[in-house]
Amino acid sequence: MIQVKNLKKSFGKNEVLKDINVTVKNQEVVVVIGPSGSGKSTFLRCINMLETITGGHVLIEGIDLTDKNTDINKVRTEVGMVFQQFNLFPHKKVIDNIMLAPMKVRNIPKEKARAKGLELLRKVGLEEKADAFPDSLSGGQKQRVAIARALAMEPKIMLFDEPTSALDPEMVGEVLEVMKDLAKEGMTMVVVTHEMGFAKEVGDRVIFMDGGLIVEENVPVELFDHPKEERTKAFLSKVL
Amino acid sequence: MDFRWDILVEYAPFFLKGTILTIGLSIASILIGTILGLLVGLGKIMKNKLLAWPFTIYITFFRGTPLLVQILLIHFAVVPLFLDKTNPILAAILTLSLNAAAYIAEIFRAGIQSIDRGQMEAARSLGLNHVQAMRFIILPQAFKRMIPPLGNEFIVLIKESSLAALIAAPELMYWGRAMQGQYFRVWEPYIAAAVIYLVLTLSLSFLLNLLERRLATE
Ligand SMILES: Nc1ncnc2c1ncn2[C@@H]1O[C@H](COP(=O)(O)OP(=O)(O)OP(=O)(O)O)[C@@H](O)[C@H]1O
Ligand SMILES: [Mg+2]
Repeated sequence: MIQVKNLKKSFGKNEVLKDINVTVKNQEVVVVIGPSGSGKSTFLRCINMLETITGGHVLIEGIDLTDKNTDINKVRTEVGMVFQQFNLFPHKKVIDNIMLAPMKVRNIPKEKARAKGLELLRKVGLEEKADAFPDSLSGGQKQRVAIARALAMEPKIMLFDEPTSALDPEMVGEVLEVMKDLAKEGMTMVVVTHEMGFAKEVGDRVIFMDGGLIVEENVPVELFDHPKEERTKAFLSKVL
Repeated sequence: MDFRWDILVEYAPFFLKGTILTIGLSIASILIGTILGLLVGLGKIMKNKLLAWPFTIYITFFRGTPLLVQILLIHFAVVPLFLDKTNPILAAILTLSLNAAAYIAEIFRAGIQSIDRGQMEAARSLGLNHVQAMRFIILPQAFKRMIPPLGNEFIVLIKESSLAALIAAPELMYWGRAMQGQYFRVWEPYIAAAVIYLVLTLSLSFLLNLLERRLATE
C-alpha cells in the first residue's frame, strides 16, 4: 500500500507538487495522466525517493520514507521502477542486468539468480535474448527487459513512468501486454501513461494532475466519459 | 658532423639504469596518481560544496602551477619536513603522483558525469546503495570513456618525469646531462634520451590501443 500525505516538492523556487494526497491499495492499478510539466514524473519519483521530498509524507507498506531512520535502500527493493528511457545497463548482458540487484542487494547465489532471471525473461517473451547486450534490442524488447529487471527484486509495487512513450507505435502493444499480465497477477501499480486504452482496460482508478495538484480522480469510465472539472475536460479533448 | 658512437656505448649501462628508473618512477606515479585521482575526483563531485571545496583547491593548485616549481618545492621544502635527508626518487614520485592526480581527478569527474543520470537512478531504484551503483554501474562505463584521456595523461607523465633530473634523481635525463657534462657533447646524449623516451611513450600508446580495442569488442 502507498499512502501519500500532503506531499510537496519544490525545485528551488519552483513548486512542482503542491499538496498531493493519494492512497493506493494493494493490488490496485492507478493511472496518472496530465499535461506535460504537471508533475507526474516528480510524483512517481517521490514514491521511491529518487527526489528528496520537500514536505509531507510518503508511506510504503506503512513505512515512512521521510523518516530519517528508514533504510531507503530496503524500501526501494519493494518498489520497482520502469523508466521512459529504459535505463538498461549497456555494459551488461540482458541476463546480467536482471541478476545484478538480486545478487548484490539480496545476496542470492548466482545460479539461483540466473534461473530466476531466465524465468522472468520467459515471462516477458525474451528468453532467447538472455546473452544479448541491450544495444542489440529493439525499444520494445528493451522495455520488457527493464520490466523483468525490476521484477527480479520481487517488488510489491511497480511504478511506470511513460513506459511506452519512447517506443515506435508498433512496439507499444508488446509492452502493454506485459503490463496487463502483471496487473492481472495482482501487482500494485502506478502508471503514468497517455495510453487511454490501457487506462480504461486495466486501470482501477485514474488520477488527472495539473499544475502540481490532483485535479480529479475517478474510475476510468467516469473520468474519461463524464469529467467533472473544466481542466480535465480541456485536457481530455486534446488527447482523446 | 661526426657522431661519437663510442661514448654512447660507454654510457649505455647508465642509460639502461636511467631508463629502468624512469619506468619505475612512471609506473609508481601512474598507480598512485590514478588511485589518488579517483579519490580526488569523487571528492570534487560530492554534493556538499563545503566538503568538495578542498578537492577543488587541490586540483586548482596542481594544475595551475608549473611542475618544475612543484618538484623543487616538494624536494627541498616538503620532504625535509618529514625525513632528515631529502630523497630525490621519493620526491619525484610524490610530485609526479600528486600532479597527475589533479589531472586524473578531472578525467574521472568528466567520465563519471558523462554517464547518463538514468543509469544511477535505475541502479538506485533496484535497491543498490550509492557505492554499489558507482562500483557496478557507473565506474565500469565511465572507465571505458576515460581510457583515451588517461592514456594521454600517462604519456605526459612519462615525459615529465624527466624533470626529476633537476633534483638529481638518476633517471634517464639525469644520465643524459651527466654525459653532456663529461664530454661536452649535446647531440649524442639528448638524441639517445629522446629515442628512448619515444620508445617508452609509443609502447604505452600501443598497449592502450590494445586495451581500448579489447574493451570495445566486449
Ligand atoms: N531535476 C529537476 N530540477 C529542476 N526542475 C525540475 C526537475 N525535474 C523536474 N523539474 C520541473 O518540474 C516540473 C514537473 O516536471 P515533471 O517531469 O514531473 O512533469 P511531467 O508531468 O512528468 O511532464 P512530462 O509529461 O513532460 O513528462 C517541470 O516544470 C520541470 O521543469
Ligand atoms: Mg514525465
